[in-house]
Amino acid sequence: MMLLFFLMLFAYGFGTVGALLLGRGRLGRAVAAVGAGGGAGAGLMFGGSALIARQPFSVDVPRIMPLTGFALQLDGLGAFFLVVIGLVGIAVALYGFGYSAAYEGRYSLRMMGVMLNVLLLSLSLQVLAANALTFLLTWELMSLSAYWLVLTEHDQPGTVQAGVWYIAMTHAGFVALVAMFLLLAGGELTTSFAAMRTNAATLTPLVRDAVFLLVLFGFGAKVGIVPLHVWLPLAHPVAPSHVSALMSGVVIKMGIYGLVRVVLDLLGGGPAWWGLVVLGLGVVSALLGVLYALMEHDLKRLLAYHSVENIGIILIGLGAGLVFHSYGLMTLAALGFIGGLYHTINHASFKGLLFLGAGSVLHATHTRNMEELGGLIKRMPWTALGFLIGAAAISALPPLNGFVSEWLIFQALLGGFNIPVPEVAVLMPVAVGMLALTSGLAAACFVKAFGITFLAISRSPEAVHAHEAPLAMRVGMAILALACVGLGLAPFIVVPLLGGVLSGLGSLPDTRAAFTLNLALQTQAEFGQPLTGTMSPTVVGLGLLGILVLVPVVMWGLRVNRNLRVGDTWGCGRIGQTPRMEYTATAFAEPLRRVFAELYRPTKELTIDFHPESKYFVQSIAYKSDITPLFDHWLYDPFLRLVRGTAQQVRRLQAGSLHLYLVYVTIILVILLLAARWF
Amino acid sequence: MTGYVLEIVQVLLALLLAPGLVGFVRWLKARLQNRRGAPLWLPYFELRKLFGKEVVMSNNASWLFRVAPYIIFASAVTVTFLIPLLGARLPFDNIGDLLVVVYLLLLGTFFLALAGLDPGTAFGGMGASREMTVAAIAEPTIALAIFGLALGAGSTNLGQIVSATLANPGLALSPGYLLAFAALFVVTLAETGRLPVDNPATHLELTMIHEAMILEYSGRYLALIEWAAWLKLFVFFTLLANLFVPWGLATTLTPAALVIALVTLIIKLAVLGVVVAVVETRIAKLRLFRVPELLGMSFVLALLAVTSSFLLK
Repeated sequence: MMLLFFLMLFAYGFGTVGALLLGRGRLGRAVAAVGAGGGAGAGLMFGGSALIARQPFSVDVPRIMPLTGFALQLDGLGAFFLVVIGLVGIAVALYGFGYSAAYEGRYSLRMMGVMLNVLLLSLSLQVLAANALTFLLTWELMSLSAYWLVLTEHDQPGTVQAGVWYIAMTHAGFVALVAMFLLLAGGELTTSFAAMRTNAATLTPLVRDAVFLLVLFGFGAKVGIVPLHVWLPLAHPVAPSHVSALMSGVVIKMGIYGLVRVVLDLLGGGPAWWGLVVLGLGVVSALLGVLYALMEHDLKRLLAYHSVENIGIILIGLGAGLVFHSYGLMTLAALGFIGGLYHTINHASFKGLLFLGAGSVLHATHTRNMEELGGLIKRMPWTALGFLIGAAAISALPPLNGFVSEWLIFQALLGGFNIPVPEVAVLMPVAVGMLALTSGLAAACFVKAFGITFLAISRSPEAVHAHEAPLAMRVGMAILALACVGLGLAPFIVVPLLGGVLSGLGSLPDTRAAFTLNLALQTQAEFGQPLTGTMSPTVVGLGLLGILVLVPVVMWGLRVNRNLRVGDTWGCGRIGQTPRMEYTATAFAEPLRRVFAELYRPTKELTIDFHPESKYFVQSIAYKSDITPLFDHWLYDPFLRLVRGTAQQVRRLQAGSLHLYLVYVTIILVILLLAARWF
Repeated sequence: MTGYVLEIVQVLLALLLAPGLVGFVRWLKARLQNRRGAPLWLPYFELRKLFGKEVVMSNNASWLFRVAPYIIFASAVTVTFLIPLLGARLPFDNIGDLLVVVYLLLLGTFFLALAGLDPGTAFGGMGASREMTVAAIAEPTIALAIFGLALGAGSTNLGQIVSATLANPGLALSPGYLLAFAALFVVTLAETGRLPVDNPATHLELTMIHEAMILEYSGRYLALIEWAAWLKLFVFFTLLANLFVPWGLATTLTPAALVIALVTLIIKLAVLGVVVAVVETRIAKLRLFRVPELLGMSFVLALLAVTSSFLLK
C-alpha cells in the first residue's frame, strides 16, 4: 500500500517535471500522459486495495515533511473516490495523448501537461487529506490547475469569460469552506478530522446549522447545484475535451465527497431539514439541468447541463439518506447513500465517456454545433458506439450502470413511507415522480444528442469529411465504455463494497450482509411493512443478450427471407434527399419546448424578405429563436448590477487627492483612539 | 424446474396471443363503427407476409437501423419473462421488478426513436421527437403508480404485489389501487400508441407518432418491430389485468390451475380490449400539444393514489 502511494506520487511528479522540461512534441505529450496515466493507475490500485482490505491507511507526514502541518490518511470513503479518480484519470491520460496532438504549435502543451498532472495529484491528495489545512490547500490547488486548463484555448471567444465565471464561483465557495472549517475546528486549521468528529457533537445546534449551510454553499458552488450552476455550462465546454471529461466526471465529484465527508462523517448527520434541503436542491437541479440540456445544441454544453442533472440525482440519493438518517432508519439511509455514491462513479464513467466522444467529434469536425453534424456513425463507427453506450447508460437504460444506481435511489425513496412524520413522508412520492420525469427527459435528450450528431445525412462539409479518432483516443473511450457495462452488470460486487465504505460513517451500520446477489433489500420493519424490491441486472443483461442471439438463429431456422436491398429513402415522390429535409435538433426538442414554455419563455424572431414584385416569392427567411436564461436574468444580473453600482460609489472615495487621503487617515485615527478609550 | 418450463411456456404464449389481441381490438372497433372488419387472425398473416418479404433499406441508414429491430424485440420478449401471466409466483420474479419492466420497455422506445432518425427523413424525426416527448411525460405517472402499488404490497416485485392482493382482497378496492389503475390505464393508451394520443390506424403525417418512426422499415425488420409493439400492448394489458385483478392466476402449478389461469387471462384481456375499442370509437384524437394535459391529469391521479394509500395505511 505504501509502495502504491509513493508510486502514485512519483508518477504524477514525473509527469509534471517531464512535461515542464520537454514541453511540446510527441515525447513531451507521451511523458505527460505516462505520468498522468501511471499516477492514476497506481491511485486506482491503491484505492482499490484499500477498499477491499478495509484497513485505514495513514502516512506519517510529519516525519517526511516536518512542520508543514499536513496530514494524510485514507479511509473507505477516500479510497472509493480514489478509484473514481483513477478510473477516469487513466482514460483521460490516454485520450489526452492523442487529442492534444492537434494543439501542437497552437497552444502551450507544456502548461497543459503540467497542469493535468497537478490536477490529478491534487485530486488524489484531497481525498487523503486528514485535516482542514491539507484539504483546503489541495482544494485550492485543484481549482487553480483546473482554471489553467480551462484557459488553454485562451484566444477562442468566450473562454476568458468562462474562466472568470469559474474562478469567481469557485472562490466564493472556497471562502465558505474556510469559514466552515474554522467553525468546525474551533479556529485551528491543523485540527485533525478525527478531533473534529469528536468535537462536532459538542457544538451548539446553531453552529452546526451554520456549518451545514456553509457546506451547502461551498461544495454546492463546486458541484453546480441550481442556482449555483451557471459557471458549469460555460467553463466545461471551453476546456480541452479530455479536461472537460475530468472536470465533469471527477472534479465536481469532489463537492460530493466533501458533502458526505463533512455532513455525514464529521458532523454525524443532522436534523431532517438538512436532508430535505439537499433532497429539494437535488430534485430542482436534476429537473432544471435536463430541461436546459434539452434546449442546448452545442454538444459539450448539452453534456455540461447533464452534469447538473446527474449531480441532482446524486443529491436526491444523499438527501434521502440524510432524511432517513435523522429518523434513525439506518438501513434505508445506507441505501440512499449507496445509491448516491454508486451514481457518483457511474456518472464519472459515462459522462467521462460522453465528453471524450464529443471531443472526438470536435477533433474530427471542428464544430460542437449539433445542427452542423450528422451521419458520423458511418465515418466514426467506434466513437459512435462509445457515445451510444454512454447515451444509453446516462438515460438509465438496463442493463447499463445508470439504471442500477437510479434503481437504488428509487428503492430508497420508495421506503419513504417508513418515515414517522407524515408531512415529510408525502414528499417522497413527489421526489419519485420528479426523478422519473428526469430520467425520461434524459432519454429524450440523448436520442436527440446521438441521433442528430451521429445518424442520418451529414449537415455540413466538415461532417462529410470527418475521420475516426486515433487509436489512443479510442482506447481511452473503450476503458470508460467497459466501465459503464461492468458497473452495470456487477452491482453485487459494487453495492457491498459501498456498504463497507459507509459502515461507521455517521454511525451507519454495516449493510454488506443486507444485499445478496440479486440485490434483495431487506429494510427494517420498524414502521409498517418492510419494503423490498429485488432485481438482478446481471441476469437481465444476459437474458437480453441471449434473446438477441436466439432471435436471428430462430429466424434463420424458420427460413425467413434474408434478402436486403438498399434504395433511396421514400421522399413522397420527390427525388433526391438533402440534409435540409432532415429533422434538426431544434425541431426535435420543439414539442418539449412548448410543453415547458413557462420555464423557457422562448423568444422568436422571424424576418421574411419578399421579392419586390410579389409577396408570393420569398427571397430569404431568417428565423431566430432563443430561450430566456431565468437564473442569469433574475439572480445574477441584479447581483452583478448591485456589485458594479456599489463599486462605482466606492470609487468616489478614491479621488486621487493626497489631501483627501490625509483627511481619511486623520478621521480613522480619531475613531480608533476613541474606540480604544471606550473599550 | 416446472417453474422454468412455465416461464418458457408463458413467453411463447405471450408471443402467440399478442397478435390475436391486436386483431381482436381491430375487429371489434370495426364492428362498433358498422364496418365488417378484418378477421381476428389477420395480424398473424401480416407477420407471415412480412417475414417472407425482402428488406428495402434506405441508403442513408447505418448499422444501427439493422440492429435496432432485434434490440426492440429482445427488450419486449425479456419483459414477458418477468410479468405474471399464468402463475402468481415465477422463478424469475426476483430478477426484475416493475421498475425493470418499465425501463426495459424504455430501452425499446429509445432504440425505436433512434432508428426513426437514422434514415434522415422528416417523418422519422417527427415520430421520434413526439414519441420521446410522450414517453418522457408518461414516465412520472408510471413511477408513481408503481409507488402506489408498492405501498400496498410492501414490494415493487410483481409476484409480491399479486400475492399481497390475493391474500388481502380488500386491497384491490382501496382508493389507492383504483386511482393507480386509472392513471396506469391512461399511460397504457399513451405508451402503446392508442387513441387519443396516437392513432394506430393512420398514415397521415400530421397525426402519426409510432407509424412515422417505422415508415422506412420493411420485411423482417418491420415484422419484428410490429410484433414487439403488439407485445408491448399485451404486456401493459396483462399488467393492468393481473396486478389489479389477480384472481385466476395459478398459485399452484397443477394443470387445472393453469387452465383456469389461461381462461381467466383471456377473459380479462378481452374485457380490456372491449374497453379500449369502445374508448377508441367514442373519442377523437387529441392535438399533440393537448397530450401533456392528459398525462398531467394521469400524474395527478397517480399522486392521489399514493397519498390515499399512504393516509389509509
